[in-house]
Amino acid sequence: MSANQTNQRITIKGTRDGLTLFMDDTCSFENLLKELHDILTSHHFAEDEPMITVKVELGNRYLNGEQESQLREVIRKQNKLVVDQIVSNVILKTEALEWKEDTEIRLHNKIVRSGQVLHVNGDLLLVGDVNPGGKVIASGNIFVMGNLRGIAHAGVDGNEEAVIAASYMAPNQLRIADKISRSPDNEQGGVHMECGFLDEQREQIIMDRISSLTKARPDLNAFERRIFNG
Amino acid sequence: MGEAIVITSGKGGVGKTTTTANLGTALALLDKKVCLIDTDIGLRNLDVIMGLENRIIYDIVDVLEERCKVSQALIKDKRFDCLYLLPAAQTSDKSSLTPEGMIEVINQLKPDYDYILIDCPAGIEQGYKNAVVGADKALVVTTPEKSSVRDADRIIGLLEQEDIEPPHLIINRIRNHMMKNGDMLDVDEIVQVLSIDLLGIVADDDDVIKASNHGEPVAFQPNTRASIAYRNIARRILGESVPLLSLEEKPGFMDKIKKVFGLAK
Ligand SMILES: Nc1ncnc2c1ncn2[C@@H]1O[C@H](COP(=O)(O)OP(=O)(O)OP(=O)(O)O)[C@@H](O)[C@H]1O
Ligand SMILES: [Mg+2]
Repeated sequence: MSANQTNQRITIKGTRDGLTLFMDDTCSFENLLKELHDILTSHHFAEDEPMITVKVELGNRYLNGEQESQLREVIRKQNKLVVDQIVSNVILKTEALEWKEDTEIRLHNKIVRSGQVLHVNGDLLLVGDVNPGGKVIASGNIFVMGNLRGIAHAGVDGNEEAVIAASYMAPNQLRIADKISRSPDNEQGGVHMECGFLDEQREQIIMDRISSLTKARPDLNAFERRIFNG
Repeated sequence: MGEAIVITSGKGGVGKTTTTANLGTALALLDKKVCLIDTDIGLRNLDVIMGLENRIIYDIVDVLEERCKVSQALIKDKRFDCLYLLPAAQTSDKSSLTPEGMIEVINQLKPDYDYILIDCPAGIEQGYKNAVVGADKALVVTTPEKSSVRDADRIIGLLEQEDIEPPHLIINRIRNHMMKNGDMLDVDEIVQVLSIDLLGIVADDDDVIKASNHGEPVAFQPNTRASIAYRNIARRILGESVPLLSLEEKPGFMDKIKKVFGLAK
C-alpha cells in the first residue's frame, strides 16, 4: 500500500476549534482505521501542546456501536486528542423511525378527565380540555386547543426544549423535563393563549404569550432540528 | 321495553338517592311505570326516603341468590300503583351482587316498566360497576362544589368507557346567594368543565329534607321549588324541552345569550 493512496482516504483540516477529519466513505472500515492509526502515529505532538478536540466527518458511512468505539479508541491512543463529535450523513431506518415517532404530532380529540392520563410519544396536539385531575404527557411539545386545567408534562424523557401551549392556561401543574411549576395558591382563573417553557438556564419554567415562542423556540419542529443537529 | 337509567355521582352524599326517589315519583305522576332499584348494599336509604322501609320482606340479594322471584321482592309504592321499589340488602354479603346478576334482574324488569331507575352507591368500586352495567343511560349528580365536580368528572370519564349513552348532568343543592357571591361554582362553569348536557338544576331546599324524613319525596308536593325542579327533569327525561325556569334560575344565562349575540365584551 503506497503512502499516496492512503493519504486520499483521510483529509485533515485544522480550524480554530480543533481538527476535523474527513473520512473517505467508499473504502473498507479496516483500511480506514489502519490509515487513521498510521497518520496519527506518524505525527508528533509536543508534550507541552494543549489538548486538541477532534471532529470526525464520516460522509455517507454508517458505523455500528462497536466500530464507533474502535474509531474512538484509535484517536484516544494519541494522548493529545479528544473526540468531540462523530458526524454521519446516514442513520439506520429503525433510528429514523424512532425519530419520526418521537417528533410526530399526535392528534387527539377528546376531554382528558379527572383521573385519566393521556401519554404520547412525540408532540401532543389535543383538541379538547384537560380537566382538573387529568394529565397529559408527551416526549415532545404539548399543544392544547382547549382549556388546560389539569397537569401537563412535556419533554418527559428529558427534552428541555419542549414547550406547553394552551388556548386557555389554568393548570394544576406544568412539568417540562424534570422541572415542575404549579399554579400559585388562591389562583383565580387562567390566561388565554399562554405557553410555558424553560428559561435560558434551563432551570425554571417561565410563562409567556404564545407569540413569544417564535423567539424563545425558533426551531419548534423537532424533526428538522434532529436531522440537522443529530 | 323500558329504559334503565343509573343515577351516579362518584362522591357520596350529593343527592343520588334523593334524586332517584324524586325522579321516580315525578315520572309516576306523569303516569309512567317506574321501578326503582337500590344497589347500595349495606347502606340502603331509598326505602326510607320512599317511606317503604316497613314493607320490605325480600331484597335484591335474595333475588340474586334465588331465595325469591323478582316479583316477590318488589314493593309497591304507597301513593302510586305504577311505582315499585326493589330494595337493597341491609345485612347480607355484597359479593352475591354481580354484573351478570344485575343484567339478569334488569332484563326481567324491562318488559314491565317504562323506566328503571338505579340508585348507585358512592365510589368507583364494584358497587358502582354493578349499578352501571345494566343501564342504558346515566345521570350524573353533582353539587356546586369543587370536590364534587372533580368526582363527577372522574365518573363521566369512566362512563365514557361503558357501552352507554353520553351521561346527562343534574346539579343539586344550588344556593343562589352563594353562587352570586362567587362562593360556589356557577352553573355555566360546571357545565363548561364537565361538558355534558345539563338535564336540570335543583335548589338546596329544606323541603327536600323535611319530605324525605316523612318518607314522602318532595316531588309529590305540588309547588315547592324543589318539586317543580324534579318534575321538570322528569319531563325532560320524557323528551319534552322544558326551559330552565326562573324558580330554578340559571345564573349567567343572560350573559350567555349576550355572548351569542356579540353584546358582551
Ligand atoms: N336539593 C336538596 N336540598 C336539600 N337537601 C338535600 C337536597 N338533595 C339532597 N339533600 C340532602 O343531602 C343528604 C344526602 O342526600 P342523599 O342521601 O340523596 O345523597 P346520596 O348521594 O344518595 O348519598 P350516598 O352517597 O351516601 O348514597 C340527605 O340528607 C338529603 O336530604
Ligand atoms: Mg344514596
